[in-house]
Amino acid sequence: MDLTNSDRELTAEVEELSGENIFSCYQCGKCSAGCPFTDEMDLLPNQVLRKVQMGDESVLDSNTPWTCASCLSCEVDCPKGNNVPAIMEAIREISLRKNLDRVDLNELKTKELPEIALVSNLRKKTG
Amino acid sequence: MREITYYPGCSLKDTAKGFEDSALKVSKELDVNLKELSRWNCCGTVYSLTDDNLMKQLGPIRNLIRARDEGSDELYTLCSMCDNTLKRANSLIRGEEDKRDKINNFMDQERDYEGSVEVHHYLELLRDILGWDEVRDRVVAPLESLNVAPYYGCMLTRPKEIGLDDPHEPTVFDELVESLGGTPVDFPYETECCGSYNTVDNEEMVLNKAQTITAGAKKSGADVIITACPLCHFNLDRRQADLLEVAPNHKPVPVIYFTQLMAVAFGYPEVNNFDEHAIDPREALELKTKAGSKR
Ligand code: SF4
Ligand code: SF4
Repeated sequence: MDLTNSDRELTAEVEELSGENIFSCYQCGKCSAGCPFTDEMDLLPNQVLRKVQMGDESVLDSNTPWTCASCLSCEVDCPKGNNVPAIMEAIREISLRKNLDRVDLNELKTKELPEIALVSNLRKKTG
Repeated sequence: MREITYYPGCSLKDTAKGFEDSALKVSKELDVNLKELSRWNCCGTVYSLTDDNLMKQLGPIRNLIRARDEGSDELYTLCSMCDNTLKRANSLIRGEEDKRDKINNFMDQERDYEGSVEVHHYLELLRDILGWDEVRDRVVAPLESLNVAPYYGCMLTRPKEIGLDDPHEPTVFDELVESLGGTPVDFPYETECCGSYNTVDNEEMVLNKAQTITAGAKKSGADVIITACPLCHFNLDRRQADLLEVAPNHKPVPVIYFTQLMAVAFGYPEVNNFDEHAIDPREALELKTKAGSKR
Protein backbone atom coordinates (compact mmCIF):
# COMPACT_ATOMS: atom_id res chain seq x y z
CA MET A 1 0.00 0.00 0.00
CA ASP A 2 1.30 3.38 -0.96
CA LEU A 3 0.44 6.00 1.58
CA THR A 4 1.01 9.68 0.96
CA ASN A 5 1.88 12.05 3.76
CA SER A 6 -1.59 13.46 4.16
CA ASP A 7 -3.02 9.93 4.33
CA ARG A 8 -0.70 9.02 7.15
CA GLU A 9 -1.61 12.26 8.87
CA LEU A 10 -5.28 11.37 9.15
CA THR A 11 -4.53 7.96 10.63
CA ALA A 12 -2.09 9.42 13.12
CA GLU A 13 -4.43 12.24 14.08
CA VAL A 14 -7.34 9.90 14.78
CA GLU A 15 -5.08 7.65 16.81
CA GLU A 16 -3.80 10.58 18.79
CA LEU A 17 -7.20 12.09 19.50
CA SER A 18 -8.83 8.78 20.41
CA GLY A 19 -5.88 7.16 22.16
CA GLU A 20 -6.69 3.99 20.20
CA ASN A 21 -4.61 1.76 17.96
CA ILE A 22 -6.65 1.79 14.78
CA PHE A 23 -4.83 -1.22 13.31
CA SER A 24 -6.04 -3.53 16.04
CA CYS A 25 -9.37 -3.60 14.14
CA TYR A 26 -9.47 -6.75 11.99
CA GLN A 27 -12.75 -5.86 10.24
CA CYS A 28 -14.97 -8.55 11.70
CA GLY A 29 -17.98 -6.22 11.47
CA LYS A 30 -19.40 -6.95 14.92
CA CYS A 31 -19.55 -3.24 15.78
CA SER A 32 -21.77 -2.60 12.76
CA ALA A 33 -23.95 -5.63 13.37
CA GLY A 34 -25.01 -4.26 16.75
CA CYS A 35 -25.13 -0.55 15.92
CA PRO A 36 -28.75 0.63 16.17
CA PHE A 37 -28.39 3.46 13.65
CA THR A 38 -26.77 1.93 10.57
CA ASP A 39 -29.93 2.64 8.52
CA GLU A 40 -29.14 6.33 8.82
CA MET A 41 -25.40 6.02 8.12
CA ASP A 42 -23.65 6.38 4.76
CA LEU A 43 -20.78 4.19 6.00
CA LEU A 44 -20.96 1.32 8.47
CA PRO A 45 -18.89 1.81 11.63
CA ASN A 46 -16.37 -0.85 10.53
CA GLN A 47 -16.06 0.88 7.13
CA VAL A 48 -15.23 4.11 8.93
CA LEU A 49 -12.45 2.31 10.75
CA ARG A 50 -11.18 0.79 7.50
CA LYS A 51 -11.02 4.20 5.86
CA VAL A 52 -9.11 5.59 8.81
CA GLN A 53 -6.66 2.67 8.57
CA MET A 54 -6.15 3.57 4.91
CA GLY A 55 -5.82 7.25 5.71
CA ASP A 56 -8.74 7.98 3.41
CA GLU A 57 -9.80 11.54 4.13
CA SER A 58 -13.21 11.09 2.54
CA VAL A 59 -14.21 9.69 5.92
CA LEU A 60 -14.35 13.29 7.12
CA ASP A 61 -17.37 13.86 4.86
CA SER A 62 -19.26 10.81 6.09
CA ASN A 63 -22.41 11.36 8.15
CA THR A 64 -21.63 8.31 10.28
CA PRO A 65 -19.65 10.01 13.07
CA TRP A 66 -22.47 12.59 13.36
CA THR A 67 -25.16 9.93 13.42
CA CYS A 68 -23.33 7.94 16.08
CA ALA A 69 -25.09 8.51 19.41
CA SER A 70 -22.12 7.39 21.56
CA CYS A 71 -24.31 4.55 22.80
CA LEU A 72 -21.23 2.36 23.38
CA SER A 73 -22.91 -0.77 22.10
CA CYS A 74 -20.08 -1.38 19.62
CA GLU A 75 -17.52 -0.92 22.38
CA VAL A 76 -18.97 -3.74 24.48
CA ASP A 77 -19.37 -5.94 21.38
CA CYS A 78 -15.91 -5.54 19.82
CA PRO A 79 -13.88 -8.72 20.33
CA LYS A 80 -10.67 -6.66 20.22
CA GLY A 81 -11.87 -4.19 22.82
CA ASN A 82 -11.64 -1.28 20.41
CA ASN A 83 -13.18 1.95 21.58
CA VAL A 84 -15.11 2.67 18.37
CA PRO A 85 -17.10 5.56 19.92
CA ALA A 86 -13.81 7.31 20.75
CA ILE A 87 -12.75 6.93 17.11
CA MET A 88 -16.06 8.48 16.01
CA GLU A 89 -15.44 11.32 18.42
CA ALA A 90 -11.92 11.84 17.11
CA ILE A 91 -13.32 12.23 13.58
CA ARG A 92 -15.91 14.72 14.81
CA GLU A 93 -13.21 16.62 16.65
CA ILE A 94 -11.07 16.97 13.52
CA SER A 95 -13.89 18.98 11.93
CA LEU A 96 -14.90 20.80 15.10
CA ARG A 97 -11.36 21.98 15.68
CA LYS A 98 -11.44 23.60 12.28
CA ASN A 99 -14.41 25.59 13.56
CA LEU A 100 -16.82 23.59 11.47
CA ASP A 101 -19.71 23.30 13.92
CA ARG A 102 -22.29 20.71 12.99
CA VAL A 103 -25.23 22.43 14.64
CA ASP A 104 -26.14 26.10 14.77
CA LEU A 105 -27.58 27.16 18.10
CA ASN A 106 -29.54 29.95 16.41
CA GLU A 107 -31.47 27.49 14.31
CA LEU A 108 -32.51 25.18 17.11
CA LYS A 109 -35.93 25.09 18.73
CA THR A 110 -34.24 25.50 22.08
CA LYS A 111 -37.43 26.28 23.97
CA GLU A 112 -38.86 22.85 23.26
CA LEU A 113 -35.71 20.98 24.19
CA PRO A 114 -34.61 19.99 27.68
CA GLU A 115 -31.23 21.14 28.93
CA ILE A 116 -29.83 17.62 29.01
CA ALA A 117 -30.45 17.27 25.25
CA LEU A 118 -28.97 20.65 24.39
CA VAL A 119 -25.87 20.36 26.55
CA SER A 120 -25.03 16.86 25.33
CA ASN A 121 -25.64 17.74 21.69
CA LEU A 122 -23.58 20.90 21.80
CA ARG A 123 -20.76 19.05 23.55
CA LYS A 124 -20.64 16.52 20.75
CA LYS A 125 -21.42 18.72 17.76
CA THR A 126 -19.86 22.13 18.38
CA GLY A 127 -16.26 23.07 19.08
CA MET B 1 -31.87 7.10 59.52
CA ARG B 2 -29.16 6.52 56.95
CA GLU B 3 -27.83 9.73 55.39
CA ILE B 4 -26.32 9.77 51.92
CA THR B 5 -24.88 12.60 49.87
CA TYR B 6 -26.59 13.00 46.59
CA TYR B 7 -25.87 14.78 43.33
CA PRO B 8 -29.14 15.69 41.55
CA GLY B 9 -27.83 17.15 38.30
CA CYS B 10 -29.68 19.73 36.21
CA SER B 11 -32.61 17.71 34.83
CA LEU B 12 -33.95 16.71 38.21
CA LYS B 13 -34.35 20.37 39.08
CA ASP B 14 -36.12 21.10 35.84
CA THR B 15 -37.80 18.75 33.35
CA ALA B 16 -37.45 15.68 35.58
CA LYS B 17 -38.88 17.17 38.76
CA GLY B 18 -41.05 14.09 39.24
CA PHE B 19 -37.90 11.96 39.28
CA GLU B 20 -36.46 13.91 42.20
CA ASP B 21 -39.71 14.34 44.15
CA SER B 22 -40.50 10.66 43.94
CA ALA B 23 -36.93 9.71 44.90
CA LEU B 24 -37.07 11.94 47.96
CA LYS B 25 -40.39 10.46 49.00
CA VAL B 26 -39.47 6.82 48.57
CA SER B 27 -36.13 7.40 50.29
CA LYS B 28 -37.90 8.76 53.32
CA GLU B 29 -40.05 5.63 53.36
CA LEU B 30 -36.87 3.57 53.19
CA ASP B 31 -35.41 5.53 56.10
CA VAL B 32 -32.80 7.18 53.91
CA ASN B 33 -32.07 10.88 53.98
CA LEU B 34 -30.87 12.14 50.60
CA LYS B 35 -28.65 15.07 51.49
CA GLU B 36 -28.06 17.22 48.44
CA LEU B 37 -24.48 18.24 47.78
CA SER B 38 -24.55 21.88 48.86
CA ARG B 39 -22.64 23.20 45.84
CA TRP B 40 -22.63 21.46 42.53
CA ASN B 41 -22.40 22.21 38.82
CA CYS B 42 -23.49 20.47 35.62
CA CYS B 43 -21.55 17.22 35.08
CA GLY B 44 -21.37 17.93 31.35
CA THR B 45 -23.92 15.15 30.58
CA VAL B 46 -21.61 13.20 28.26
CA TYR B 47 -18.14 11.91 29.04
CA SER B 48 -15.54 13.33 26.70
CA LEU B 49 -13.87 10.61 24.64
CA THR B 50 -10.97 12.58 23.27
CA ASP B 51 -7.65 11.79 24.82
CA ASP B 52 -6.10 15.23 24.80
CA ASN B 53 -8.78 17.69 25.90
CA LEU B 54 -8.86 17.56 29.67
CA MET B 55 -10.86 20.76 30.01
CA LYS B 56 -14.06 18.80 29.48
CA GLN B 57 -13.23 16.61 32.49
CA LEU B 58 -13.12 19.51 34.92
CA GLY B 59 -16.91 19.79 35.34
CA PRO B 60 -17.50 16.30 36.70
CA ILE B 61 -14.27 16.27 38.71
CA ARG B 62 -15.15 19.53 40.43
CA ASN B 63 -18.29 17.85 41.78
CA LEU B 64 -16.25 14.99 43.17
CA ILE B 65 -13.93 17.47 44.86
CA ARG B 66 -16.90 19.23 46.43
CA ALA B 67 -18.23 15.94 47.77
CA ARG B 68 -14.85 15.18 49.31
CA ASP B 69 -14.61 18.67 50.80
CA GLU B 70 -18.02 18.19 52.41
CA GLY B 71 -16.70 15.05 54.06
CA SER B 72 -18.46 12.47 51.90
CA ASP B 73 -16.60 9.44 50.67
CA GLU B 74 -19.65 8.36 48.69
CA LEU B 75 -21.77 10.28 46.22
CA TYR B 76 -25.11 9.02 44.93
CA THR B 77 -26.78 9.82 41.61
CA LEU B 78 -30.22 9.22 40.10
CA CYS B 79 -29.75 10.38 36.49
CA SER B 80 -27.94 7.68 34.55
CA MET B 81 -26.07 10.22 32.41
CA CYS B 82 -24.69 12.02 35.47
CA ASP B 83 -23.85 8.66 36.99
CA ASN B 84 -21.88 7.58 33.95
CA THR B 85 -20.05 10.88 33.49
CA LEU B 86 -19.04 11.17 37.15
CA LYS B 87 -17.93 7.55 37.37
CA ARG B 88 -15.83 7.75 34.21
CA ALA B 89 -14.17 10.99 35.21
CA ASN B 90 -13.39 9.44 38.58
CA SER B 91 -11.87 6.41 36.97
CA LEU B 92 -9.74 8.64 34.73
CA ILE B 93 -8.34 10.30 37.85
CA ARG B 94 -7.69 6.95 39.48
CA GLY B 95 -6.15 5.22 36.51
CA GLU B 96 -4.13 7.81 34.61
CA GLU B 97 -1.49 9.47 36.69
CA ASP B 98 -0.23 11.96 34.13
CA LYS B 99 -3.73 13.24 33.44
CA ARG B 100 -4.49 13.41 37.14
CA ASP B 101 -1.39 15.56 37.68
CA LYS B 102 -2.28 17.88 34.84
CA ILE B 103 -5.85 18.32 36.10
CA ASN B 104 -4.72 18.91 39.67
CA ASN B 105 -2.14 21.44 38.57
CA PHE B 106 -4.75 23.26 36.56
CA MET B 107 -7.30 23.39 39.38
CA ASP B 108 -5.00 25.16 41.77
CA GLN B 109 -7.77 26.57 43.98
CA GLU B 110 -8.68 23.09 45.18
CA ARG B 111 -6.76 20.53 47.18
CA ASP B 112 -5.47 17.75 44.90
CA TYR B 113 -7.99 15.04 44.13
CA GLU B 114 -6.87 11.42 43.87
CA GLY B 115 -10.20 9.70 43.28
CA SER B 116 -11.17 9.04 46.91
CA VAL B 117 -14.93 9.51 46.42
CA GLU B 118 -16.95 6.47 45.41
CA VAL B 119 -19.79 7.25 42.98
CA HIS B 120 -22.90 5.07 43.17
CA HIS B 121 -26.23 5.04 41.45
CA TYR B 122 -29.37 4.96 43.57
CA LEU B 123 -30.17 1.53 42.10
CA GLU B 124 -26.97 0.27 43.72
CA LEU B 125 -28.21 1.53 47.06
CA LEU B 126 -31.45 -0.41 46.60
CA ARG B 127 -29.83 -3.59 45.33
CA ASP B 128 -26.54 -3.78 47.22
CA ILE B 129 -27.02 -1.88 50.46
CA LEU B 130 -30.69 -1.98 51.40
CA GLY B 131 -31.65 -5.13 49.51
CA TRP B 132 -34.93 -5.96 47.78
CA ASP B 133 -36.62 -7.21 50.95
CA GLU B 134 -36.42 -3.69 52.39
CA VAL B 135 -38.17 -2.42 49.27
CA ARG B 136 -40.79 -5.18 49.38
CA ASP B 137 -41.59 -4.35 53.00
CA ARG B 138 -42.67 -0.81 52.08
CA VAL B 139 -45.15 -1.83 49.40
CA VAL B 140 -48.78 -1.02 50.28
CA ALA B 141 -50.22 -1.01 46.74
CA PRO B 142 -48.63 -3.97 44.99
CA LEU B 143 -48.41 -3.58 41.24
CA GLU B 144 -50.38 -6.81 40.87
CA SER B 145 -51.21 -7.22 37.20
CA LEU B 146 -48.96 -4.41 35.92
CA ASN B 147 -46.57 -5.38 33.14
CA VAL B 148 -43.46 -3.24 33.21
CA ALA B 149 -40.89 -2.97 30.41
CA PRO B 150 -37.46 -2.29 31.94
CA TYR B 151 -35.68 0.14 29.63
CA TYR B 152 -32.02 0.23 30.65
CA GLY B 153 -30.77 2.31 27.75
CA CYS B 154 -27.01 2.81 27.46
CA MET B 155 -25.48 4.62 30.36
CA LEU B 156 -26.43 2.35 33.27
CA THR B 157 -24.59 -0.64 31.86
CA ARG B 158 -21.90 0.59 29.44
CA PRO B 159 -18.96 0.54 29.24
CA LYS B 160 -18.38 -2.76 31.11
CA GLU B 161 -15.90 -1.31 33.60
CA ILE B 162 -18.37 1.37 34.67
CA GLY B 163 -21.76 -0.28 34.26
CA LEU B 164 -23.71 -1.37 37.31
CA ASP B 165 -25.04 -4.49 35.63
CA ASP B 166 -24.38 -6.92 32.80
CA PRO B 167 -24.31 -4.91 29.54
CA HIS B 168 -26.17 -7.56 27.56
CA GLU B 169 -28.54 -9.03 30.12
CA PRO B 170 -29.09 -6.59 32.95
CA THR B 171 -31.54 -7.56 35.71
CA VAL B 172 -31.61 -4.76 38.29
CA PHE B 173 -34.84 -3.17 36.98
CA ASP B 174 -36.48 -6.59 36.69
CA GLU B 175 -35.61 -7.28 40.33
CA LEU B 176 -37.02 -3.92 41.37
CA VAL B 177 -40.30 -4.49 39.51
CA GLU B 178 -40.66 -7.91 41.10
CA SER B 179 -40.14 -6.53 44.58
CA LEU B 180 -42.90 -4.00 43.91
CA GLY B 181 -45.25 -6.84 43.04
CA GLY B 182 -45.31 -6.17 39.29
CA THR B 183 -44.28 -8.28 36.33
CA PRO B 184 -41.18 -7.36 34.31
CA VAL B 185 -41.69 -8.13 30.64
CA ASP B 186 -38.91 -9.31 28.36
CA PHE B 187 -38.58 -6.99 25.43
CA PRO B 188 -35.95 -6.89 22.73
CA TYR B 189 -34.97 -3.21 23.04
CA GLU B 190 -34.07 -3.12 26.75
CA THR B 191 -30.54 -1.92 26.11
CA GLU B 192 -30.92 -0.29 22.69
CA CYS B 193 -30.09 3.39 22.38
CA CYS B 194 -32.97 5.87 21.96
CA GLY B 195 -30.85 8.18 19.78
CA SER B 196 -29.67 10.31 22.68
CA TYR B 197 -28.51 13.84 21.83
CA ASN B 198 -29.39 13.42 18.16
CA THR B 199 -32.90 14.43 19.20
CA VAL B 200 -31.68 18.02 18.80
CA ASP B 201 -30.56 17.96 15.17
CA ASN B 202 -32.05 14.73 13.84
CA GLU B 203 -35.52 14.52 15.23
CA GLU B 204 -36.67 12.00 12.66
CA MET B 205 -34.03 9.47 13.60
CA VAL B 206 -35.14 9.64 17.23
CA LEU B 207 -38.81 9.50 16.27
CA ASN B 208 -38.16 6.27 14.37
CA LYS B 209 -36.27 4.79 17.27
CA ALA B 210 -38.93 5.84 19.78
CA GLN B 211 -41.47 4.07 17.60
CA THR B 212 -39.41 0.87 17.43
CA ILE B 213 -38.73 0.78 21.15
CA THR B 214 -42.22 1.63 22.39
CA ALA B 215 -44.00 -0.57 19.84
CA GLY B 216 -41.66 -3.39 20.88
CA ALA B 217 -42.60 -2.85 24.51
CA LYS B 218 -46.30 -2.82 23.61
CA LYS B 219 -45.95 -6.03 21.65
CA SER B 220 -44.39 -7.67 24.67
CA GLY B 221 -47.44 -6.70 26.69
CA ALA B 222 -46.04 -3.73 28.58
CA ASP B 223 -48.39 -1.29 30.33
CA VAL B 224 -45.55 1.10 31.20
CA ILE B 225 -41.83 1.53 30.48
CA ILE B 226 -39.39 2.49 33.24
CA THR B 227 -36.17 4.46 32.87
CA ALA B 228 -33.44 6.16 34.90
CA CYS B 229 -32.51 8.70 32.24
CA PRO B 230 -34.11 12.11 31.64
CA LEU B 231 -32.88 12.15 28.04
CA CYS B 232 -34.33 8.69 27.30
CA HIS B 233 -37.49 9.95 28.96
CA PHE B 234 -37.72 12.93 26.64
CA ASN B 235 -36.97 10.80 23.60
CA LEU B 236 -39.49 8.10 24.42
CA ASP B 237 -42.21 10.23 26.04
CA ARG B 238 -42.18 13.58 24.20
CA ARG B 239 -41.15 12.07 20.88
CA GLN B 240 -43.93 9.48 21.17
CA ALA B 241 -46.41 12.35 21.41
CA ASP B 242 -44.81 13.90 18.30
CA LEU B 243 -45.05 10.53 16.63
CA LEU B 244 -48.78 10.32 17.33
CA GLU B 245 -49.27 13.44 15.23
CA VAL B 246 -47.87 11.75 12.14
CA ALA B 247 -48.81 8.15 12.99
CA PRO B 248 -52.18 8.27 14.79
CA ASN B 249 -52.40 4.48 14.82
CA HIS B 250 -49.38 4.18 17.07
CA LYS B 251 -50.39 2.70 20.44
CA PRO B 252 -48.58 4.78 23.03
CA VAL B 253 -46.93 3.33 26.12
CA PRO B 254 -46.31 5.71 29.03
CA VAL B 255 -42.73 6.11 30.21
CA ILE B 256 -41.97 6.78 33.88
CA TYR B 257 -38.94 6.96 36.16
CA PHE B 258 -38.29 3.89 38.29
CA THR B 259 -38.72 5.96 41.47
CA GLN B 260 -42.18 7.02 40.27
CA LEU B 261 -43.13 3.38 39.99
CA MET B 262 -41.86 2.88 43.53
CA ALA B 263 -43.91 5.84 44.76
CA VAL B 264 -47.03 4.29 43.25
CA ALA B 265 -46.38 0.98 44.99
CA PHE B 266 -45.50 2.74 48.25
CA GLY B 267 -48.88 4.51 48.18
CA TYR B 268 -47.80 8.02 47.21
CA PRO B 269 -48.71 8.42 43.52
CA GLU B 270 -49.42 12.11 44.07
CA VAL B 271 -45.72 13.02 44.40
CA ASN B 272 -45.01 12.00 40.82
CA ASN B 273 -45.84 15.19 38.87
CA PHE B 274 -47.33 13.13 36.10
CA ASP B 275 -48.61 16.39 34.59
CA GLU B 276 -45.09 16.81 33.17
CA HIS B 277 -45.50 13.73 30.98
CA ALA B 278 -46.55 13.93 27.35
CA ILE B 279 -48.10 10.46 27.52
CA ASP B 280 -50.11 10.42 30.72
CA PRO B 281 -49.34 7.25 32.67
CA ARG B 282 -52.16 7.57 35.20
CA GLU B 283 -54.77 5.55 33.42
CA ALA B 284 -52.44 2.61 32.78
CA LEU B 285 -51.24 2.67 36.37
CA GLU B 286 -54.65 3.00 38.01
CA LEU B 287 -56.25 0.37 35.87
CA LYS B 288 -53.72 -2.26 36.72
CA THR B 289 -52.76 -1.49 40.31
CA LYS B 290 -54.45 -0.65 43.53
CA ALA B 291 -52.98 2.79 43.15
CA GLY B 292 -54.41 5.81 44.82
CA SER B 293 -53.19 6.79 48.22
CA LYS B 294 -54.04 4.14 50.77
CA ARG B 295 -52.78 6.11 53.68
S1 SF4 C 1 -15.98 -5.10 16.14
FE1 SF4 C 1 -13.91 -4.31 16.57
S2 SF4 C 1 -12.51 -5.56 15.36
FE2 SF4 C 1 -14.57 -5.93 14.56
S3 SF4 C 1 -14.78 -4.46 12.86
FE3 SF4 C 1 -15.59 -3.43 14.69
S4 SF4 C 1 -13.85 -2.33 15.58
FE4 SF4 C 1 -13.03 -3.80 14.09
S1 SF4 D 1 -21.47 4.11 19.68
FE1 SF4 D 1 -22.01 4.96 17.68
S2 SF4 D 1 -21.13 3.56 16.19
FE2 SF4 D 1 -21.12 2.51 18.15
S3 SF4 D 1 -23.03 1.30 18.15
FE3 SF4 D 1 -23.49 3.26 19.15
S4 SF4 D 1 -24.23 4.62 17.52
FE4 SF4 D 1 -23.21 2.86 16.52
